[in-house]
Amino acid sequence: MIQNLLNAVVLGSTYSLIAIGLTMVYGILKILHIAHAGVYTLGAYIGLYALYAFDNNFWIALVLAMLATGIAGVLIYRGMYYYMLKESRIVPLISSIGLFIALQELFRLFAGPYQKAFPAKSGFPRVETSWFSLTSAQGLIIVLTAVSFLALYLIIGKTKIGLGWQVCEQDIDMAGAMGVNVNRSIALNFFISSMLAGAAGVLMALYRNSVYPTMGAMVSYKAFVVVVLGGFGNVTGCIVAGLLLAFVETFLGHLEWFEFPRDAIAFLVLISVLIFRPKGLFGRK
Amino acid sequence: MAIGYYLTVGVFMGIFSILTISLNILTGYAKQVSLGHAAFFGIGAYTSAMLTTNYGLTFWQALPCVIIITAFIGTLLGLPSLRVSHDFLVLSTIGLNFIVGGVFRYFSFFGGSMGIIGVPPPRMFGSPLGNMGYFLLTLAFLILTILTSYYFSKTWGRLAMEAMGEDEIAAKSMGINVPKFKTYAFALSSAYAGIAGALWAHYVGSVFPGNFSFDRSVAILSMLVFGGMGTIRGALLGAFLLRLFPELFRFIQDYRMLVYGGILVVMIRFQPMGLLGKGSVLWNGLEWFARKIRGGPIQEGTT
Repeated sequence: MIQNLLNAVVLGSTYSLIAIGLTMVYGILKILHIAHAGVYTLGAYIGLYALYAFDNNFWIALVLAMLATGIAGVLIYRGMYYYMLKESRIVPLISSIGLFIALQELFRLFAGPYQKAFPAKSGFPRVETSWFSLTSAQGLIIVLTAVSFLALYLIIGKTKIGLGWQVCEQDIDMAGAMGVNVNRSIALNFFISSMLAGAAGVLMALYRNSVYPTMGAMVSYKAFVVVVLGGFGNVTGCIVAGLLLAFVETFLGHLEWFEFPRDAIAFLVLISVLIFRPKGLFGRK
Repeated sequence: MAIGYYLTVGVFMGIFSILTISLNILTGYAKQVSLGHAAFFGIGAYTSAMLTTNYGLTFWQALPCVIIITAFIGTLLGLPSLRVSHDFLVLSTIGLNFIVGGVFRYFSFFGGSMGIIGVPPPRMFGSPLGNMGYFLLTLAFLILTILTSYYFSKTWGRLAMEAMGEDEIAAKSMGINVPKFKTYAFALSSAYAGIAGALWAHYVGSVFPGNFSFDRSVAILSMLVFGGMGTIRGALLGAFLLRLFPELFRFIQDYRMLVYGGILVVMIRFQPMGLLGKGSVLWNGLEWFARKIRGGPIQEGTT
């Protein structure tokens, strides 16, 4: 029981780590950043090649992957969304879908369609008690997720950067008129949210010990479900919703009579929430 | 190469043209981006395949049932669109692919992952249709689709859908019943997709859950975006070109998802209206050229 609970917490942390980036981008630009899934996979691959280059050192791989995905996020904003802010909503949406699919194919072409092992050495201790056991990967996921959420809270609540985001979220044009450097604020938003996605990619690769081109697909659709559940642009709601989804999946997956594929649960949840509570479970009215 | 090869390519082109035109109603007119069109396609294919193999109906008897069932399910699955804004609709339509695929795969009633095999070809004038006959049948359905959707594009319905797609609140204040027209768009679009699915199932002779995946939905959307959203000519051209390229250049086959994705990004970034859409460079040029030949006055900036 406790073991299941812990597994769900681990799963839920990775969901919310990806979802938080989506929530941040949606909050500020009102763009559904589907290519975020591609950024997540990019993080895992860069982590993998960094492992090859630096003698399987997990921490170097993590930092490099986060830097690279952060830069990739800024490039996606400057190269694509920047030109689409004034267009109708359908435009950034379709290009984001296209970019996600193209990225997934590029990974397949460059790295091959096979699953690759992720032989990282993190040196994180394994926790073992009579009730439960936490592998070092699981422990690492929980600790790192907690640290990044804390850091994000501090950034949003205590710094000028976070203040800039909050202002842009209210009204971008007005924020520009009040002297906020809107472009830099959005670029930073993309940088940090993509960094978190990259970290999630590396952590997930470590946890499942595999990297493959389509690893972004399922997890990231689930991240969208988390964004919707959490009430669009609401960071706290996002964390709670991620954990909630993981609990539901873990426990429904254990029921004998429940034959439905585990991955479809997320979508059933999504569609029913959209019908009955379109603002999300924790959304503000 | 034998004529049979060209006929096969032609049949698939026809089926995908019908699909693209059907998506045009939903995404081109009503501006509801759907990434779940393969689900409706699959529901049509499965309905027709099951009715003909398990219940002994002929293709022609099954067809009306297919249209009714897909339109009904389309309406049902379109219900979330009444509550959510544009972008989140896309998510629920992505989910559709997985749910519909999952239902087909995990319930033995639908044949499970083994699918349904032995779907009979339709009979006409007492004998089963051959390759040539099937090509003509597909062509007939394509022409029917073009004519009916052309007729639709001249009615109030299309104007109402476009108004709603541009600005829902403004459309409401002009007295347009938004939920009604959204439901219409879903029902119409999925009924056409169901016909395409039935044609596909009876031509291939078997249906499997994997035939109607997310990739296929993406392919249909990129055909529409490539050709030009909101126009029937664009939908036709997009389906035609994107089915033709992989046949002409075999090596593209391996990279086709990359091509589809790339088309979505590049077209939307530089020519959001597609190749033949309203106001695109190519279409403006053609119109200018046509007016020049006719000798009429050349007006700048009209479309």
